[in-house]
Amino acid sequence: MAVPSHPAPSAGPRNRILRWIDYRLPFWEVVQHDFMEYPAPRNLNYWWNFGSLAGIILVIMIATGVVLAMHYQPNADLAFDSVERIMRDVNYGWLLRYIHANGASMFFLIVYIHLFRGLYYGSYKYPRELLWMLGVVILLLMMATAFMGYVLPWGQMSYWAATVITNLFSAIPVVGNDIVTLLWGGFTVGNPTLNRFFSLHYLLPFVIVAVVLLHLLALHQHGSNNPLGIDKRGPQDAITFHPYYTIKDMFGLCVFLLVFAIFVFYLPNQLGHPDNYIPANPMVTPNHIVPEWYFLPYYAILRSVPNKLLGVILMFGAVLILFLLPWLDTSRVRSARYRPIYRLVSWLLPIDAVILGYVGSQPPAGYIVTMGQLATIYYFFHFLILLPILGKIERPLPLPLSIAEAVLGPRRPAAAGEGE
Amino acid sequence: MADVTQSPVMPGHGGETRRDFLILTGAALGGVGAAIAAWPLIDSLNPARDTLALSTTEVDLSPVQAGQRLTVVWRGKPVFIDHRTPEEIKAAQEVDASTLRDPQKDADRVKKPEWLVMVGVCTHLGCIPLGNKPGDDRGSFGGWFCPCHGSVYDTSGRIRQGPAPFNLVVPPYEFTSDTAIKIG
Repeated sequence: MAVPSHPAPSAGPRNRILRWIDYRLPFWEVVQHDFMEYPAPRNLNYWWNFGSLAGIILVIMIATGVVLAMHYQPNADLAFDSVERIMRDVNYGWLLRYIHANGASMFFLIVYIHLFRGLYYGSYKYPRELLWMLGVVILLLMMATAFMGYVLPWGQMSYWAATVITNLFSAIPVVGNDIVTLLWGGFTVGNPTLNRFFSLHYLLPFVIVAVVLLHLLALHQHGSNNPLGIDKRGPQDAITFHPYYTIKDMFGLCVFLLVFAIFVFYLPNQLGHPDNYIPANPMVTPNHIVPEWYFLPYYAILRSVPNKLLGVILMFGAVLILFLLPWLDTSRVRSARYRPIYRLVSWLLPIDAVILGYVGSQPPAGYIVTMGQLATIYYFFHFLILLPILGKIERPLPLPLSIAEAVLGPRRPAAAGEGE
Repeated sequence: MADVTQSPVMPGHGGETRRDFLILTGAALGGVGAAIAAWPLIDSLNPARDTLALSTTEVDLSPVQAGQRLTVVWRGKPVFIDHRTPEEIKAAQEVDASTLRDPQKDADRVKKPEWLVMVGVCTHLGCIPLGNKPGDDRGSFGGWFCPCHGSVYDTSGRIRQGPAPFNLVVPPYEFTSDTAIKIG
C-alpha cells in the first residue's frame, strides 16, 4: 500500500509561547499535520468541496442555534410566540432564524451531494468502510436533529410532524404503543414532548461534532479518495492541503454562501410550509401534510407500502442499507470512471431519489401511488441486486498506474511533482 | 523552476511580494467579513424591541403625602420616589457638597425639591437599599441604608458611609403635570 507522503516536518511555531504550549499540548502540530501539510491527492475535483462545506454549515448551525436558544421558550404555551418575538423584536432575530431554518436545508443539500460523491467515486470501499459508516451515522443524527428542530416553532406542521413521526414507532409489534407514550411523555404530543425535543435538539449537534471528528480521524488514516479511485503511490501523487485545497474550498465556500444568501434574503420561506405559521392545534390536522424536502423520498417510501410495519421498516431501511453498501458493491474498482456500466447506473439512484421526492410531495392518489411503488422497488433493487451483480459481470477499464501519471502525462519526471 | 510560480519581487519594496500583499489584504477582508457576520449574533443579545418598549414608566404622584416614600418599577429596576419633608430638604441642602465622596449638590439631584427620584439600586454591588418602607432602617443620615455591605445614603440619596463609590443614580424623568412624572 502507498505510504502517504509527508513533507519534511516543520520546526513548529516560531513564537516561544506557542512552542511552550505545543510541547505540552500539540494543538498547532495537529493543525499543521491534519489541515495544512495533510497530503491530499493532487487531482481532487469540486465534488470534494462538500465535505468542508458540511463542516462549515455545521458550525453556522451551532452558532446561530446557540443564540436562538437564548431567545426561545421551550414551552407549549410560549414557543410559537417566542419564535414570532425572535422574528419581530429580537435584533437580527429574523436573520438568525432564517439562516438556521434554511441552513438545515443547505446542510442536507450539501450532505446529499457529498454522499453521492462517495457513491460515484466508490469512496466507501476498502479501506474506507468505517469512514463511510461514520458518515451514515452523521446522516442519521442529522435527521433526528432536523426533525426535532422542526418541531420547536410549535406551528401546525411542527405539531403534526411530531405526531406522525413519533407514531412510526407504534408500528413496532406488542410494545409499539407503550414506546410512543414514552416518547411523548403523555398521551399525545404535548409540552413534555416539546421539552425533551428541545433538550435533544441542543444535544445532538454536539454529538454530530464528535462523530465528525471520528469521521476525520478515519479519513486521515488512509487519506482522501480521488476521482481516479486509485491509491497514492508516492509524493508525486499528493499536494499539501494548505494552500491548495484550503483556497479551493474557500472558493467553493463563496459560491455556496451566495446560494445560501439567495435563500436567506430572497426566498426565506420557499422551502418551508405556510401552515407552520399557524399555531399548533391538537384538534385539527392540516389538509395536506408533507415533511421538509429532504425527507420527502423517505416519506414516499413509507407511503408506498400498504403495510404499516413494513412501510416503517423500509423507510428506515432506505438509510440503514447504506451501512451495508461497502459489502453490497462487489466491484473492487472504486471510481465510476473506470466502470462503464456503473458510470451510468450510478445516476439512476439520484434520479430515483428525485422521483421519490416528487411523489412524497404529492397527495397519494392515482398514478402517484404506482410511481412511488416503482421508485421504491428500484431504490432497493439498486442496492440489493444491481450493485452486487454489476460488480461480478462488469468489465472495468484499465486503471492508470498512478495519479501523477494520469494527471501530468506519462513522460513528466517524478521530481516535477513537488508542490510549490 | 520554482521561481516561475513564485511572484517576482516588486522593485523597491524590500522583498515584499505581490503574494504578501494579496495574503494581507485577503486576510484583512476576511477578518472584517467575519466580524460583520458575528455582529448579528452579538447584537441579538442586546435588549429586543419589546424590552425597549417597556422602558418608560409613568407615575401619578398625587396620592403620595409628604414624608411618604414610593417604589415603582422602571426597566425592571426599583425606582425610589421620596416626597420629602421640609426638614429632609433642609438637611440635604445644608451639606457642603465638596466634603462628599461623590460631590453633588442636592439641587442638582432634583427637579422639584420636594420630589426626590432615584434608581433604588446600591452603586456598590447592586442590592436594593432599605429605607423606602415604613419601619426600615434608614441609616444614620435618615436616607437609605444598604444591608448587603453597609452603605449609607443621606436624604438626597448621596453616599455618606460604606463601600459604595457613587450616589444613587437619578434616572431621566420629567414632570408631565404637577403631580405626575414619566421616568425614562
